[in-house]
Amino acid sequence: MSRRGALGPGWGLLLPLLLALGELPQVAGVEEEPGGGGHQDSEGFQVVTFKWDHVQDPYIIALWILVASVAKIGFHLSHKVTSVVPESALLIVVGLVLGGIVWAAEHIASFTLTPTVFFFYLLPPIVLDAGYFMPNRLFFGNLGTILLYAVIGTVWNAATTGLSLYGVFLSGLMGELKTGLLDFLLFGSLIAAVDPVAVLAVFEEVHVNEVLFIIVFGESLLNDAVTVVLYTVFESFVTLGGDKVTGVDCVKGIVSFFVVSLGGTLVGVVFAFLLSLVTRFTKHVRIIEPGFVFVISYLSYLTSEMLSLSAILAITFCGICCQKYVKANISEQSATTVRYTMKMLASGAETIIFMFLGISAVNPAIWEWNTAFVLLTLVFISVYRAIGVVLQTWILNRYRMVQLEIIDQVVMSYGGLRGAVAFALVVLLDEDKVKEKNLFVSTTIIVIYFTVIFQGLTIKPLVQWLKVKRSEHREPKLNEKLHGRAFDHILSAIEDISGQIGHNYLRDKWSNFDRKFLSKILMRRSAQKSRDRILNVFHELNLKDAISYVAEGERRGSLAFIRSPSTDNMVNVDFSTPRPSTVEASVSYLLRENVSAVCLDMQSLEQRRRSIRDTEDMVTHHTLQQYLYKPRQEYKHLYSRHELTQDEDEKQDKEIFHRTMRKRLESFKSTKLGINQNKKAVKLYKRERAQKRRNSSIPNGKLPMESPIHNFTIKEKDLELSDPEENPNYDAEEMSGGIEFLANVTRDTATDSPSGDTGSDVPLTGRMSPREVLQATEKSPRPLAPPPAPPTAQNPAPAALPDELGAGPTSEAGSASGTWLERRGLQGAHARSAAARRVHSRRSFQRPRARRPALLKLASLQPSCHEPPHGLEQEETPL
Amino acid sequence: MGAAQSTSEEVRELVGKTGFSSDQIEQLHRRFKQLSGDQPTIRKEHFNNVPDLELNPIRSKIVRAFFDNRNLRKGPSGLADEINFEDFLTIMAYFQPIDVTMDEEQVQLCRKEKLRFLFHMYDSDSDGRITLEEYRNVVEELLSGNPHIEKESARSIADGAMMEAASVCVGQMEPDQVYEGITFDDFLKIWQGIDIETKMHIRFLNMETMALCH
Repeated sequence: MSRRGALGPGWGLLLPLLLALGELPQVAGVEEEPGGGGHQDSEGFQVVTFKWDHVQDPYIIALWILVASVAKIGFHLSHKVTSVVPESALLIVVGLVLGGIVWAAEHIASFTLTPTVFFFYLLPPIVLDAGYFMPNRLFFGNLGTILLYAVIGTVWNAATTGLSLYGVFLSGLMGELKTGLLDFLLFGSLIAAVDPVAVLAVFEEVHVNEVLFIIVFGESLLNDAVTVVLYTVFESFVTLGGDKVTGVDCVKGIVSFFVVSLGGTLVGVVFAFLLSLVTRFTKHVRIIEPGFVFVISYLSYLTSEMLSLSAILAITFCGICCQKYVKANISEQSATTVRYTMKMLASGAETIIFMFLGISAVNPAIWEWNTAFVLLTLVFISVYRAIGVVLQTWILNRYRMVQLEIIDQVVMSYGGLRGAVAFALVVLLDEDKVKEKNLFVSTTIIVIYFTVIFQGLTIKPLVQWLKVKRSEHREPKLNEKLHGRAFDHILSAIEDISGQIGHNYLRDKWSNFDRKFLSKILMRRSAQKSRDRILNVFHELNLKDAISYVAEGERRGSLAFIRSPSTDNMVNVDFSTPRPSTVEASVSYLLRENVSAVCLDMQSLEQRRRSIRDTEDMVTHHTLQQYLYKPRQEYKHLYSRHELTQDEDEKQDKEIFHRTMRKRLESFKSTKLGINQNKKAVKLYKRERAQKRRNSSIPNGKLPMESPIHNFTIKEKDLELSDPEENPNYDAEEMSGGIEFLANVTRDTATDSPSGDTGSDVPLTGRMSPREVLQATEKSPRPLAPPPAPPTAQNPAPAALPDELGAGPTSEAGSASGTWLERRGLQGAHARSAAARRVHSRRSFQRPRARRPALLKLASLQPSCHEPPHGLEQEETPL
Repeated sequence: MGAAQSTSEEVRELVGKTGFSSDQIEQLHRRFKQLSGDQPTIRKEHFNNVPDLELNPIRSKIVRAFFDNRNLRKGPSGLADEINFEDFLTIMAYFQPIDVTMDEEQVQLCRKEKLRFLFHMYDSDSDGRITLEEYRNVVEELLSGNPHIEKESARSIADGAMMEAASVCVGQMEPDQVYEGITFDDFLKIWQGIDIETKMHIRFLNMETMALCH
């Protein structure tokens, strides 16, 4: 137990668990012996019985999963460690330590990574995750390269390593071993393959550029077929005995390679088709929708395993092929569920694999040391990998457009990590046939440890030192996407014109085929609409606009912002779904269209406005939903296994809520700490003024939307000043306070409003349910009736607040609508000339260079940027 | 041209001009004759014979680019009625991959040329600017392949892209400033940092053609 001193903080937690685990069987045994336990004595009814045997297996499994997960928490307590050492290496070490303790306690190695568990339960989730989230275009764009490395590279590695080891063996350097050529080749074939689990684990933390990553990673996935074939072929040869192998068997081996790989792929594609088709019809069983993804892909794995095809290929291609259609078909919630579940399973499985790789090593029974063999294996696999990569790259570079440079080759050679697949395969060996199994096992373990720990540790510094092109995470740009699309078409056209079949030709044909047939069969009709990539980018940008818009509003914290007509670009529309759903899309388009068309075409203005009226209803409703916090009971009082509908709003609310709270906390912090950024503030102020001047020339399209935000901003400010300390406990209060407050404000709005038009015709009582408020709002005269409810409900509502709020926002709302009318009269004169400018100003306003991170920073400047509301009034009058 | 074209001097001259290898020129010439029906020049109608081109949403723009005087380096604007083989090669040369041996300056130049080709395609009235109208036009055509996207959304996407371009190129604008359109310099700015090497190259010009017969 001297190790304990060196243990990190997280390990304190592990030890008791582990000891408990070790003790339990003994305890159980002890108890049962003397009295014969509860059941055996038929003396009477036992109130409590201890049935360890009953739960033993699942219990141990659950405990191990817990231990592994807790270990992961432990690593991340220290950021320093995880930034240097890859998690996989840490897990192996933890496994070693735990294995050591277990062994010390029991002197048996009871927990090892068995091939069954590995291949049936741990590997599939990882590979499925890889396939389902595979960047398809990148993958297929580099498919040729990947295939070459995966097939030729692996064969090369296996052959050279096996043969070289055999050669050295013949020279007598290894001493006496009971092996022949075939055993060495068998060993070579299982040690040759680069391991997807290890590669993923290490490369995920290194962030090399995407081409390099996809090549190494794709290779590790696709070489499975080669490994499986080589392994089975050589294993059967070994079983047959070296002298009985005929040429026919060799040919059969080669044939079986094609059968295994193509068959596996085919199984995957078939199941992907099935899966896509099923998800097309799951509209009414939303809850189990995500389940289909997992079950059907798992079935593809098992099916191809059953047919002795490459299971990894099957599930990989199942994931790759279905992703497009499944993602389009299933609902947003299901997509999130699938995403998280998949990631959870995969990373859980990965954690367990690495830990068990550690634990499995602590078993003296499997260790057989042969220095020459072990060291030479290490040398050979590294050297031959490097040679193989260089040779193949040399060939490939003659055909590749993007050349793989020396640096890339170094990383590729160095990134050839071996992992659990090799271990599981070597454990599968039959000791009766392969006499030196133990030597192979121990060598494999050493190889794995060396590659995962040593290379894993050093690859990051290596990548930095070599200045490998890193992956850069760029925001999606609309222009980029559009031009990219244009390029695709141009290139395929040029290939058509010059009459050649190239990449672009194939891609073009495929996408035509996909659009014409596959998508029609496999996608819901509603989904077919919104699946264009450009639309996606567009929507992402819209969402960002909206977010930054809110941030901007908060930062300014004054009415000026809200009243500036550039708010016509709706905030509310795009919050709910990052993925365009049809309804949302149409609304946002209409609104956007409104913006650009209004100024271009005056004649259609009125007509358009009328059409917008319909959407306004929707939008208002939407706004209410978003900004409204429902009382808690509404979520809780029903239990249904099949319905999840209420959560949708909950999610949205939470998102908005958290964002607001975070920002408020930040701005509060900056006030309290007295952070003074004068220069920036002045700049911002100037810009604001400029913006306002510009904005005020623009006709306002969306009055009803102005007010909610406007109220809400005011309140933000008030809240901040009045009760910042309460922020942390908002969670409890706000839900219950929401309604009451809401009602108060509604009443205030009605009575205080100078023009008397704000919902004054609606009978208002002291307390209203949100639905009533909603109705009330909708009944009131359209253009001049700002829905007063949403903003109030969006924020925590301490009891003191309504009083402060009373007069300010409502009177402002009145005058805001006044100016809006004026502006409306003016817009004709400005409209045409303002077109381009407007288009631009709106954008630059919403996304003023700095996007989200910067905006957070801006938000912290808030107090210094406040303006008195009347500042705007003066600015606007000249116009 | 026909037979005369294949004489070695002329081929050599074209090799010097366009940077294609003589094999590639041979092949492209065969294709050219096939397209033109053994005529010395190609007219627009000839492109209708390419069956795969039918499905291309921006087909008309691409075909037009072949006849654009700016691309043919024959003038600042206007369209040629017909192009001969040399012109054909000139257009094709825009799609040559960047040579590994080129130095930085040449690469930049090459990149610029390629972008100019694209720019000319967008700028249909040859005034040196991609205006909002032109951009909308392109985007509409680009998205026309998807029958589910309405024209309106295409337009608003174009607007969005235009605004993005404005914010990239001009940054914060003065209140009275109007962004008239994307100039070529702006266009270069938009493309900054985007890896064009992978995008505007056709590798087929490097290797033997596989299917010449249609």
